[in-house]
Amino acid sequence: MAIDIQPDRAEAPGGRGPGAPRPARAWWLRPAIHTGIIGAVLGYFLGHWLGNYIASGYSQVVNSGQNDFAIILGYALGTVGWLAGLGVFNDLGRQIAGRPIHAEQEVQAASSGLARYFRYSLDHKVVGIQYLVGMIGYFLTGGLLAMAIRTELLSPSYHVFSSATYTAIVGEHGTMMMMMMSSIILGPLGNYLVPLMIGSKRMAFPRIEALSFWLTPAAYIVLLSGLMFGGFPFGWTGYAPLSVQATQGADAYAVAFGIMGLSLILLGFNLIVTIICYRAPGMRWSRIPIFVWAIMTTSFLMVLAAPVLVGAMYMLITDRTVQTAFFTDSLGGSSYLWQNLFWFFGHPEVYILALPGFGIVCEILPVFCRKPLFGYRVAAAGMVGVTLLSFFVWQHHLFDSGINPDMRPVFMLTTELISIPTGFIFLVGLGTFWKAKIRFTVPLLFALGFYFNFLIGGISGVFLSDVPADTTEHGTFFVMAHFHYTIMGGLIFAFFGGLYYWLPKIMGIRLNQTLGKIHFWTMFVFFNSTFLPLFAVGMAGQPRRVYTYARSLETLNDWVSISSFLLGVSILIFLANFVYSTVIVRVREEGNPWRSRGLEWQVASPPPPGNFARVPVVLSGPYEYGVQDAPPVADLDPPLGVLSNADASVVTEGAEA
Amino acid sequence: MLIRARLENFRAGARWWLVSLPARVATLTVAFLAVVGGAIFVVAHYLLGGPPTVDFTAASSGQVNMTIQSDASSNPAVVPDHPTWVSYFIKSPATGSWVHTTLFQVPAHTRINVTILGYDGSTPVRNQVWGRVSGTIGGIARYSGTPVQTVNGWNGPYLIQHTFAIPSLNLNVPVEAGPATCTTGPCTNNAHSTTKFSFVTPAQPGAYRWQCFVPCGLSFLYGNGGPMQTIGYMTGNMQVVS
Amino acid sequence: MTATEATVSADAQRREPNHGLRIFLIWLPVALAADLIIWFVWGPHMPPGDMSSSASSQQFDINVMAVMAAPVMAFILIYAGYALVVWRHREGDEEDGPPIHGNTRIAATWIGVTAALVLGLFVFGTVELVVPAGAGSGEGNTPIWKPSGGTPLQVQVIGQQWRFTYRYPQFGGFETTSLVLPVGENVQFNVTSLDVIHSFWAYQLGVKADANPGINNVAYTKPEHTGQVQVRCAELCGLWHADMTTLGHVVSDSAFSAWASAAKTQLAALTRNLPPYALTYDPNSVAQLGKAFRQAGLSGAGGQYYGPQYPVQP
Repeated sequence: MAIDIQPDRAEAPGGRGPGAPRPARAWWLRPAIHTGIIGAVLGYFLGHWLGNYIASGYSQVVNSGQNDFAIILGYALGTVGWLAGLGVFNDLGRQIAGRPIHAEQEVQAASSGLARYFRYSLDHKVVGIQYLVGMIGYFLTGGLLAMAIRTELLSPSYHVFSSATYTAIVGEHGTMMMMMMSSIILGPLGNYLVPLMIGSKRMAFPRIEALSFWLTPAAYIVLLSGLMFGGFPFGWTGYAPLSVQATQGADAYAVAFGIMGLSLILLGFNLIVTIICYRAPGMRWSRIPIFVWAIMTTSFLMVLAAPVLVGAMYMLITDRTVQTAFFTDSLGGSSYLWQNLFWFFGHPEVYILALPGFGIVCEILPVFCRKPLFGYRVAAAGMVGVTLLSFFVWQHHLFDSGINPDMRPVFMLTTELISIPTGFIFLVGLGTFWKAKIRFTVPLLFALGFYFNFLIGGISGVFLSDVPADTTEHGTFFVMAHFHYTIMGGLIFAFFGGLYYWLPKIMGIRLNQTLGKIHFWTMFVFFNSTFLPLFAVGMAGQPRRVYTYARSLETLNDWVSISSFLLGVSILIFLANFVYSTVIVRVREEGNPWRSRGLEWQVASPPPPGNFARVPVVLSGPYEYGVQDAPPVADLDPPLGVLSNADASVVTEGAEA
Repeated sequence: MLIRARLENFRAGARWWLVSLPARVATLTVAFLAVVGGAIFVVAHYLLGGPPTVDFTAASSGQVNMTIQSDASSNPAVVPDHPTWVSYFIKSPATGSWVHTTLFQVPAHTRINVTILGYDGSTPVRNQVWGRVSGTIGGIARYSGTPVQTVNGWNGPYLIQHTFAIPSLNLNVPVEAGPATCTTGPCTNNAHSTTKFSFVTPAQPGAYRWQCFVPCGLSFLYGNGGPMQTIGYMTGNMQVVS
Repeated sequence: MTATEATVSADAQRREPNHGLRIFLIWLPVALAADLIIWFVWGPHMPPGDMSSSASSQQFDINVMAVMAAPVMAFILIYAGYALVVWRHREGDEEDGPPIHGNTRIAATWIGVTAALVLGLFVFGTVELVVPAGAGSGEGNTPIWKPSGGTPLQVQVIGQQWRFTYRYPQFGGFETTSLVLPVGENVQFNVTSLDVIHSFWAYQLGVKADANPGINNVAYTKPEHTGQVQVRCAELCGLWHADMTTLGHVVSDSAFSAWASAAKTQLAALTRNLPPYALTYDPNSVAQLGKAFRQAGLSGAGGQYYGPQYPVQP
């Protein structure tokens, strides 16, 4: 090993070696977004040139007039260039070269300033805020696309967009939402809060965590660039052989989804290891917040399901570029292969979207009911049950596809069974309400909205799980209404609730509560008025992803479209509130405004670098409201010597739960 | 001490909330306008654009004569986007020049006499149903004057290059294969086939899609990609106005 | 505790209303009313109607599930509403609520009830799928739930971008763009595709079967009333997916026979050109089509993905 031995005296001027202060360079010389963009552009052109050099003579390329090879290589090398420009590979390169890396000082030195948010930062709190801003941006983009969809559907005969453009917009909206929103809670809130909630000073793999974030802008840009190429005509589900047949926009879809799949794997992996290995002493499995249970189960879903997606996208890319025939029936492949691969990922994906919402809601409820969470073990068991079962239900998306007929009762059974652990969330919520002292703060309002919406969404899922009923409902707006209720009505409402709840912790400022209530009520009312009629529209026979429909449904569609515009306005109210409260008027919120027992609330807002001065010793669970003489949740200043030989299984005095 | 530390921080580009309120508001406004402007640009340029619509509603004789041609590939100067794709062109009734579009506008309840000049070679249709003429006046089409009813696109004697079909009117006309001597559309002087037929537009105004049913999208799987699915090439809209 | 304090607290406990009973008493009439309205008022008009055996079966399914879902939803909403009204925070009360961590009995009851409901729905759904010969859904190429009573009328649905065509093998194999069916007879739809995945959805017949290239997907139904059938494509298949519609007709037996023989005669010239009736049409296997492609020297078009310079096809 050629490790360069430096003089030990790092403190001497000009001394090198670990511990030596790094010379500070000007901000434009240090890797950040601007160098990332330069890297991305260079990488794209290099990849494009390479693809043209290799493939421009192929008859497929010449005849079709498009070089998918060049486009995909361009995207791939562009992403690598983006990451390289950001400095993702710098530490890796240093270690390979045997030079010291300066990770710890990086964290300390970067503990101030706005510039760190534009860098490859290793501080999990910075990554959390980067994710937050990114996810809000991606959500708003997807929302704009949704407004375009509803504009087109105002009339079945007057068309704002051509059929091709409309189908491309639908695909972009669906992919943007399903692809990016998988990380909408794990990214911002999971990365930020999990170490604080388990009493850790850091994440297990800070570089992997930051990498998982910086892959998301790449996926976003690649996906949007598909619009420049005419978009892709197959929705977010990408059914082959249509996706093999499509023009250049499909390459953007495949690459973007592949990049995001990688990001999901890395995000989940880091969270799992952190939660398992970095819990503070006394933080037993029966004491971790229910939000952390949700994060962990979701992370397992990400790590196990996303690789299948990446594999499927890779097969799609090879089918489109080098003429493999995975999905071409007449050449030995099968169109069912794509459907199964995609939905094997796709169904856990929707639980990736649903579970974090469960976690947030179960976390918010005890604080504003001033009662312990009813049935903590039931809630955790429900999340674990959902995670396990979600791998066994995917063929319910294929009930009418011509799969083996006796498979359908099997999957009907598993799909019905998964509604049992999903129902546990309602048991827990209703039990927490029993004889509580409910305060109608903005976070609680969003939690209540979650319950209302998810009830409708979940029950409509039961309608879909019944194969004969599914024969009418599959591929219609009924399905659309179902998943918008569970995903938007569930996840997004929970996201906003969590944001209103935790923003005082994350940024040390509070969002305006009046605007928050206006935001909630407008969003709740218009969300329901947008999506509730869609159940009827679907049952009346309007298929999904259509730009024209039966004239008799025009009134319903108009109602839905107008409601959706107003729903967009309510999201703008949130955006105005967010920007106003964080940028313009910063009302300082110190300490613990919600009087929560959570461990994350016991440190300053925002938390100091390193989260805790010393690793705390956890003394009791976070939901011990109303318990007489409950010990504090943790000892933040444990005596020295407690931590040697200590690990999370240390049994401490105090409450049993 | 404190002031110097704060100044150092500020110089290092640190605490941005030392920046004054008007500066923050100004930055936000500029950023917001940039985003809105960007969105409007994307919508206007990528989403709302499209080929032009050729207008046949000014016909005075109560009938409309429409001439279109199909080409194997186009002149890159005329069609910069995809010159290698097969494409239809429509002859503008006002100027007499060939327009690269598949969108046209016709009056309702009117007889349309269509002439298709076929400059492309032959491609076998995948489903022979589309070799049968339907929906035209008289139920026939004419290949260089000879009436045809059912064309065998696989064995002849007439081969097909494309079809002109308006499914919602049950209109389907196979276009006879040509000698394929011209590859830089729009063509004018080369040998071609001539297909003529007539149909009556419906009374109900609206957009009626028309498409080709021959899988002529070279190098796209099943031949139905590329030009077959892109408006302006092998598929388009007939706008009926009252 | 002194005797007075004990009496006071006992009084307070006795005055605490029985919340569970109250919620039950609010829930019972609401659930009953909802169920009655759903079954008797809404039920007969529930989509997809009762024009065919599979449509009626689906309508029955949806009605039963709605009747089961309504009390569940009512319970949760009423409980939550009650809680939000009765147990909301009173101004000035800064105490926490009672430290109830869980209740094994309640949890077990909940799990048991939901499991029973869900398993009951599973049994119900399976029976309703098997008994009506698949309830109109596509059963793949080896269907196991078939209608009794001889060979059904065979209608092949061919999906292609972007129109459905229908082939009637029992009438000489003519292929047409119109769908006409006789009332009162079992119909077997053999759904296949020539290019990408489509989905044949006959709304009023309650039939939905995906059309995959190279695969035959079988669905059964029996039209029971005459009328119009709206056929749509239910799987995004490209540019004109929304326009892949057919207006089908269910007519009397005699009208159907008349139509079929008229179509057979009218389309005789076309039928001679068609390949022999097969359950799937692979461009590589339809002999004349393959020959025509080779004669035309085609490479990428028409489904021949590998160019002529590749001598070996997998």
